[in-house]
Amino acid sequence: MSVENALPITHRQRLWLYTLGGLVMLFLIAPSVIIVIMSFSDSTLLQFPPQEWSLRWYESYFGSVEWRDATIVSVKVAVMTAIVATLLGTAAAYAINARTLRLTGLINALLTASLIIPVILIGIGTFFLYARIGLNNTLTGLVIAHTVQALPLVVLTVLSGLRSYDMNQEKVARSLGAGRFSAFFQVTMPQIRFSIVSGALFAFITSFDEVVVSLFISGGETTTLTRRMFNALRDQIDPTIAAISTCLIVLSIVLLSAAQLFGRER
Amino acid sequence: MSIVSASLDHAGRPDRALNADALAADARRESRGLLALLSPGLFLVFAVIIVPIGWLFWLSLFDETGQLSAANYARFFEQASYIKTFVTTFKVAFIVTGACVLFGYPLAYMLSQLPRRAASICLIFVILPFWTSVLVRTYAWLVILQRKGLVNSWLIDLGVIGQPLPLANNFSGVVIGMTHIMLPFLVLPLYASMKTIDVDCLRAGMNLGASPAATFRQIFFPLSLPGLASGVVIVFVLCLGFFVTPALMGGGKVIMWAMRMEQTTSLYSNWGAGAALGVVLLGFTLALLGLFQWLLGARATGVWSQR
Repeated sequence: MSVENALPITHRQRLWLYTLGGLVMLFLIAPSVIIVIMSFSDSTLLQFPPQEWSLRWYESYFGSVEWRDATIVSVKVAVMTAIVATLLGTAAAYAINARTLRLTGLINALLTASLIIPVILIGIGTFFLYARIGLNNTLTGLVIAHTVQALPLVVLTVLSGLRSYDMNQEKVARSLGAGRFSAFFQVTMPQIRFSIVSGALFAFITSFDEVVVSLFISGGETTTLTRRMFNALRDQIDPTIAAISTCLIVLSIVLLSAAQLFGRER
Repeated sequence: MSIVSASLDHAGRPDRALNADALAADARRESRGLLALLSPGLFLVFAVIIVPIGWLFWLSLFDETGQLSAANYARFFEQASYIKTFVTTFKVAFIVTGACVLFGYPLAYMLSQLPRRAASICLIFVILPFWTSVLVRTYAWLVILQRKGLVNSWLIDLGVIGQPLPLANNFSGVVIGMTHIMLPFLVLPLYASMKTIDVDCLRAGMNLGASPAATFRQIFFPLSLPGLASGVVIVFVLCLGFFVTPALMGGGKVIMWAMRMEQTTSLYSNWGAGAALGVVLLGFTLALLGLFQWLLGARATGVWSQR
């Protein structure tokens, strides 16, 4: 629906709107751009634009055992979370899409609860629970907590894929003798695979960027990258964090582009 | 579905078909299968979110000696430090929400008026920050706003100011950082709702002689209000429970609700008091979202499905 030429208002009359919108866009993007540029500075002082360029903050990131361990923990947890959340979320979206179950309101409320409930409460609650069952400072505990937070995103993404898919195709396959599972994997899944992949990418990034819950339930050997960053920021502003931040921004761009690409092919 | 048609004849009287039992059994099997698909996800949510929060709620009803009491809640009205926390939290939430409306509405409006291609390019500027870690963005604002940060060194170099302005590690730092983080949560639902406004309504208004400004004021703006409302509610609710930015940019002076919860439980190990804070916060959140859903019949969580 292109609105552009529909109204007798010229671009010139809209100049003030474009200026205002452009300024807000600048406000939104500037912090990321500044951090990326500053991460290549040679100075410990945070000057902008930097006087000398170097990769020393990247060397300090990749050279530090502590940062590397934290990154490995975060990657492990994010990969596991993406796998588990995608499996559980796709299954749940499939069941919701069938619309034959009762209490769908309650089911939806439960599945999207982690989007609504304040994260700090989830963090404290999870810590409290894990303290009793010994899951604090474990990878399993992190994966479970992150899965719960990523689940609604997977469910919503896969559900939107299923809504634009004609479930009758699966019914046809089953009436022709295919079992439930082979009908799903041979007929439905190839057609919604892009939403499933998008959901998995969103789950990965949700877990990788998660801060608040990780602050409570990770520590010691399982300190996540975000937890270590948070603690480092509380002390002083270390330019190494600019290098790490740049890596995180690049990761976001790559994953988002991938999700967009898959989304378009749907 | 097939059971219904099989068990009723044309007059609507029950008339059991020969295969009714088999169909019913089939439907039951089908339901059980679907429930089995749902149950792992539901179980996790129940175990990790519902059970601990219920447990905390239960804890909040007892005082330190284990006696059933309302002491954990009464404290909120008695201790000045709690009252200050609530006032700060609501003040930040109102200002940030207001700033988001002020900046977000023009941007969403512009996006809705651009041709599809240009709009999807501009939308990147909203979606990329939305998916960039909150920690990264807070760090960026610390670098920009601190005493020897970008803004201050630029202003001093230009001779506008002699002394650095206190921008970070205080109230203004928290507000600026949070506005940046919340803005996409307002723009995305608002933009989505603006896209559904029928251009013919606007064209009709202008055909009838309304000026562009009057068309906007009398037609476009009222039609965009539901989208604006859902953005405002989601931003306000997120602000109430926000932790990372105030903790890092408040300089220990701006204590918001979530920080208070963290301090009470981690620092002082007072689970009852921390839990009571959580219960009231959750109460506010659910009440606001519930009120919104009741008034507008829409779900505020829609923002996550509009990337």
